[in-house]
Amino acid sequence: MSELKKLERLLSRGEISRRDFLARVSALGLGAAVPSLFGGTASAATPKRGGHFKWGIAAGSTTDSLDPATYADGYMQTVGHGIHGFLMEVDTESKAIPELAETVEPTPDAKVWTITLRQGLEFHNGKSVEAEDVIASYNHHRGEDSKSAAKGVVDQIEDIKADGKHVVVFTLTGGNADFPYIMTDYHLPVMPAQDGKVDPSSGIGAGAMKLKRYEPGVNTELERNENYWKQGRGHFDSAEVLAIKDVAARTNALTTGQIHAMDRCDLKTVHLLKRNNDIEVTQITGTQHYTMAMHTDVAPYDNNHVRLALKLGIDREQIVKTVLRGYGEVANDHPISPANRFFNKDLEQRAYDPEQAKFHLKKAGMTSLKVDLSAADAAFAGAVDAAVLYKEQAAKAGIEINVVREPNDGYWSNVWLVKPFTMVFWGGRPTEDWMFSIAYAEGANWNDSHWSHKRFNELLVAARAELDDSKRRNMYYEMQQIVRDDGGVIVPMYASYVNALSTKVGHGTIGSNWDLDGLRSLERWWLES
Amino acid sequence: MSAPNATTVGQTADALPPPPPREPRRSAVRRALRTAPWTAQLGLLVILAYVFVAIFAPVLTPYGESEVVGSEFEPWGTPFLLGTDNLGRDTLTRLLYGARNTIGIALVTTCLAFLIGGIGGILAAVFSGWIDQGLSRLVDILMAIPQLIFALLLLTIFGTSIPVLIAIIAVLDSTRVFRLARAVSFNVAVMDFVEAARLRGEGIGWITIREVLPNIMPPLVAEFGLRFCFVFLTIAALSFLGLGIQPPTADWGSMVRDNATLITYGDITPLLPAAAIALLTVAVNFVVDWFLHKASGLRDER
Amino acid sequence: MGAIGKIVAQRLALGLIVLFAVSLIIFLGVELLPGDLAQEILGQAATPETVAAFRRELGLDLPPHTRYVQWLGGVLQGDFGTSLANKREIAELIGVRLANTLFLALVAALIAVPVALALGILAALYRNSFYDRLVNVVTLSSISFPEFFIAYILILFFSVKTGWFPSLSNVSPDTPFWERVYQCLLPALTLTLVVVAYMMRMTRAAIIGLLASPYIEMANLKGLKRSHVILRHALPNAWAPIANVIAINLAYLIVGVVVVEVVFVYPGLGQLIVDSVQKRDIPVVQACSLIFAATYIVLNLTADVVSIVTNPRLLHPR
Repeated sequence: MSELKKLERLLSRGEISRRDFLARVSALGLGAAVPSLFGGTASAATPKRGGHFKWGIAAGSTTDSLDPATYADGYMQTVGHGIHGFLMEVDTESKAIPELAETVEPTPDAKVWTITLRQGLEFHNGKSVEAEDVIASYNHHRGEDSKSAAKGVVDQIEDIKADGKHVVVFTLTGGNADFPYIMTDYHLPVMPAQDGKVDPSSGIGAGAMKLKRYEPGVNTELERNENYWKQGRGHFDSAEVLAIKDVAARTNALTTGQIHAMDRCDLKTVHLLKRNNDIEVTQITGTQHYTMAMHTDVAPYDNNHVRLALKLGIDREQIVKTVLRGYGEVANDHPISPANRFFNKDLEQRAYDPEQAKFHLKKAGMTSLKVDLSAADAAFAGAVDAAVLYKEQAAKAGIEINVVREPNDGYWSNVWLVKPFTMVFWGGRPTEDWMFSIAYAEGANWNDSHWSHKRFNELLVAARAELDDSKRRNMYYEMQQIVRDDGGVIVPMYASYVNALSTKVGHGTIGSNWDLDGLRSLERWWLES
Repeated sequence: MSAPNATTVGQTADALPPPPPREPRRSAVRRALRTAPWTAQLGLLVILAYVFVAIFAPVLTPYGESEVVGSEFEPWGTPFLLGTDNLGRDTLTRLLYGARNTIGIALVTTCLAFLIGGIGGILAAVFSGWIDQGLSRLVDILMAIPQLIFALLLLTIFGTSIPVLIAIIAVLDSTRVFRLARAVSFNVAVMDFVEAARLRGEGIGWITIREVLPNIMPPLVAEFGLRFCFVFLTIAALSFLGLGIQPPTADWGSMVRDNATLITYGDITPLLPAAAIALLTVAVNFVVDWFLHKASGLRDER
Repeated sequence: MGAIGKIVAQRLALGLIVLFAVSLIIFLGVELLPGDLAQEILGQAATPETVAAFRRELGLDLPPHTRYVQWLGGVLQGDFGTSLANKREIAELIGVRLANTLFLALVAALIAVPVALALGILAALYRNSFYDRLVNVVTLSSISFPEFFIAYILILFFSVKTGWFPSLSNVSPDTPFWERVYQCLLPALTLTLVVVAYMMRMTRAAIIGLLASPYIEMANLKGLKRSHVILRHALPNAWAPIANVIAINLAYLIVGVVVVEVVFVYPGLGQLIVDSVQKRDIPVVQACSLIFAATYIVLNLTADVVSIVTNPRLLHPR
C-alpha cells in the first residue's frame, strides 16, 4: 500500500497528472481500489487533530535563549512561531496577512500605519492581547540599549502609540509600503507586557503551542494551547523539537521513526533517502541564496569590468549541480529570488563565458587577474567546495583565484565584511525592499560589497513608499538589472530547503518565505492517524 | 625524592632484565627478521608498502590530488577504479595521496610528541629535584585540561593549518609520553648498573644515552604504536567538529568524515580510508608486539 | 594508613593549585579567541551599536583581569555565576548534564573495564596464540575507526536494520532508570569499543612484563598452573599500571565524549562546553573545565592509592 500512498501524495501535490496516477495505479494491479481512493486523496488534505509530533532540527545551541531578540537559527525560530503570535504572518503564497492584527491601514505616504488588534485574544497566561503588549514587545528591540538582532529592522519606527486598548499607531521615519512584512519578522512576536516591559524569557505567547519544558540546545517540549483562536491551525496535542546537529543522526532518527521530520537532508545521500516509501522529501526554493561579495571600493574590484569578468567566469550550472547536488537554481547576480513578488523574469540569465570574461579583463586593461577569495564552510555548507570549483572555472578565463580557507569559528565577525572577497550566506528576505535595504543600500550595515549606486539608491527610497504595485514592479525590475550589471556581488545560486518528512505528517502547500514551512510547521502541520 | 605519581606507571620496567650482550648489528637484524613470527613479518611488509605508496603517490596516481576529473559519484570501474567523490575527484588518487598526508602527519606528530615528552621525562628522572617538580606540575596542568577543548581553543586561536595541527597534537600527546618516560626512567635511574656508572664518574649525558635510554625503550615503543594511531583519531574527531585538516588536502580521517553518511545506506566507500587506517594500526602494533616480546626476554614455551 | 592519608592530602592541595592554573589558562585561551560573546551571539546580524549594548550589559567592556578577579571571587564563595548567553544559573545548567555524563561513563565503564581486563588477562595467558592475535586485531581495528564512524555502524545494525535500540539517546530528567540504561546502551557500546583496546593491551603488556621476573620463573618452576601463576602471582603486581590505565580511560569516558554525544544527541557536558567555547560564554567554559580537571585529578589520585594499596613497597621509594 505504501507505493499507492506515494502516488497519492504525488497526485495531491500535482507532481503527476491524474491520468499518470491512474496508469500507475493500474500497473500496480490496484485499479479496483481507485474510485474510493479519490475520496481519500481529497480528505488527505484535511488536517487531523491530536498526536505527539517530533521535529529534528539541525540547529540550536546550549547558548540559545527564549528571548526573541536572540533567535539565531531555525531551531528557536520554529519554537518561537509555535509559542508566539505576530502582528502579521506570511501565508503560503508569500503574501503578508494579518495575524494578531485584524486590519492594517497605511496613510497614502505609507508613513503612518494604524493596526487594529483582534478582540478577545489571550496569551497562555490568560492575559488578553492589547495595544500595550504590542508596544512593549516592539520597544524591547528599540532604543539605545537594545541588543536585539532586529534593531536594524525596527530602527525605521519613529514612534509607537496606543489609541485605546486595541489600536496601535506606528509612525515610521519614512514611507515603507512593505511595513506589513516587517511585522512578520521572526524577532518580533507579541509578548505579554507588565508595567510597559516584557519578560522576553518567560516563553509566554499567544501561539498555538504552550511551552512545557525548554532545555537550550537539547529539546523543547510543547503542549496544545487549548485556547488557540486560529481556525484550521494548531493540530498537535503536544510536540517536541529536538536539536540534532549531526545529519546522520537526524536521518537515522527519521528512518527509525524516532522523529517525524528533519530539516537539511544530506544532499549526498538524499537520492537514497527518497527510495524509502515511508518518507517524503520536500524541496522548496525560497529566498535563500549564496553569494560572493567583493569590496567595490578597493582595487581591482573598483573596476566594473573586473567585476563583470568575475561574474562571467563562474559556471553556475556546474556549481548548482555539484555543490547543491541539483537542489537549487542558478541565480542572476542579484538577490531577488523567484519566490519574491517582484522577481524580474525578463532579465537575461548570465551564463558562463570565459571569452567574454577575457574581453572585459582587456577592457579593464589587464591580461590576467589574480585575486584571493576567502571561504569557510561556516558561510554555507559546501562554500569551500564551491570556491574550489570556481577557481578551476575562472582559470579558463585567465583569472587566477587563490582560495583562502578561513576558520569556521568567528567567520561572521572576522572575515565577512572584513576581507575584500568572501563567500556569504543569505537567508534572503520576504521583500525586495528589505533585502536591498540591508545589503545593497549605500552605507547599510551589511552592504558587504561597499557598493553605492546613485540611481539604485534613489529608486530604493522611491519604491519603498510606493503603494501602487505596478509602479513598484517597474522600479524593482530596474534595480535588479542595476545590481546584476554593476553590483559588487556574484550571486551564483539559490539553494533549496531540502527537508524530509515521515508520510505520517500531513501538510498543505509549504511556505517559501522561510525554511521549515515559513517557520510555522508547529501550527500548520498535523499527524495522520 | 620521587613524587608519588612517579611510582605508578613504572611497574613494567621493574621486570626488565639488564641489556643482553650486543652482537654485530646487521646480522642480528637479519637473524631477528628470519626468526620473527609471521605477524611481525606481515606487519613490516604492510608498513613498507604504506611507506612506498606515501613516497611515490604522485607517480602512482593517474590524477592530481584535488583535480576534478569526472562527474561526481561515478561508480567503481573504468576509468575510475574506485569511483569519484562528491566533487568528481578520483577516489583512488585521493586515497593514495591520503597515505602521504595522513602517515606523514601522524608520524611527524608522534615523533615530535616522543621527542618532547621523552626528553622531558628522562631529564626529570635523571636530574630530579626542581627540574622534575617544575616539569611534572606543568604536565599535571596540561593533562587536567580536557584535550579536545584545549585543541579546540588553540586551533581557533592559531588557525587550522597543518603545522599548527601537528604542533598542538604533539604537545598534548607529549604529556602522556612524559609521564611514561619519567616513570620508567626513574626505575632505571636507581638501578645498580646506573649507580655503578655514576661511581665510575661517567657524565650524565653518557649515562642517559648508554644506560637509561636502552632500558626504557620497550615501554616507550609500545606506547608509540598506540599513540601513532590515536593521532589519526584525534584528527578525525577534530574534523568532526570542523577543525581538522582542511580541504582539498586528502587525508583519511577527513575522507571518512566526508562520506560517513553513506554507511547508513550500506555504501562501503567510507570503509576504505577507515580500513586503511586499521590495517596500518594493526601492522604497526604487530611489529611493536614482537619487539616487546624480544625485549621482555621471554622465551616462547611452545 | 597514615602515610597514605598524608599523600592524599598533599595531592589534593596540589590539585587545588592545578585547578587554579587551569582556570587561568582557560580564561586566557577564551580571551585570545577572536570575537566575543556579543559578536558570536548576534552572528551575521551584529551591528556596532547592538554589540556595544550587549557588552555594556554583560560587563564585557571591562578589562579581562577585572573580569577574571570578579569570577574568581565568586567561585571562592561557591558561586559559579550565570551563563552570559542566557542568564541561567550555571549550577542548574550543568547539574543535569553532569549527571547524564557520569551516568553514561558509568554504564560504559561497567561494560568496558571487565571486558578489557578479561581479554587482557586471557591474551597474556595465551600470548602469541591464535586467540591473542585475534583479540589484538579486532580491538586494534576497532580503535582505528573514528568514534563517529563506529557509532554509525552500530546504529546501522542495531537500530536501522533490527530496531533493537533507539538511534537517539535524548534522555530527560524524568526518564525511568532502566529506560535510561536501555537508551544509553548504544553510546556506551561505542565508547566501550573506543577504550577497550587500550586498556586490554596495557593489561596484557603489564602482565607479560612481569612474567620474566624471577619470582614468576620460580612459580613456574614449582609447576604451578599457568592460570594460577598469572592470576595469583602476576596480576597483583600488575595492578598499579592497570589502575593507571583504567583511570586515564575513565577520565576519557567523562571528558572526551563530545563526538558520541553529538551522534546520539545525548545531553551531556561535552556538547555544552563546545557550544560555550564557540559562543565565548566564559563562565560556562570555566565551570566545565574545572569539573573535567577535578575529575581527572581525583581519578588519578584514586589510581595512585590503588597502586599503593596493592603494592605497599611503593610507599617507600628507593
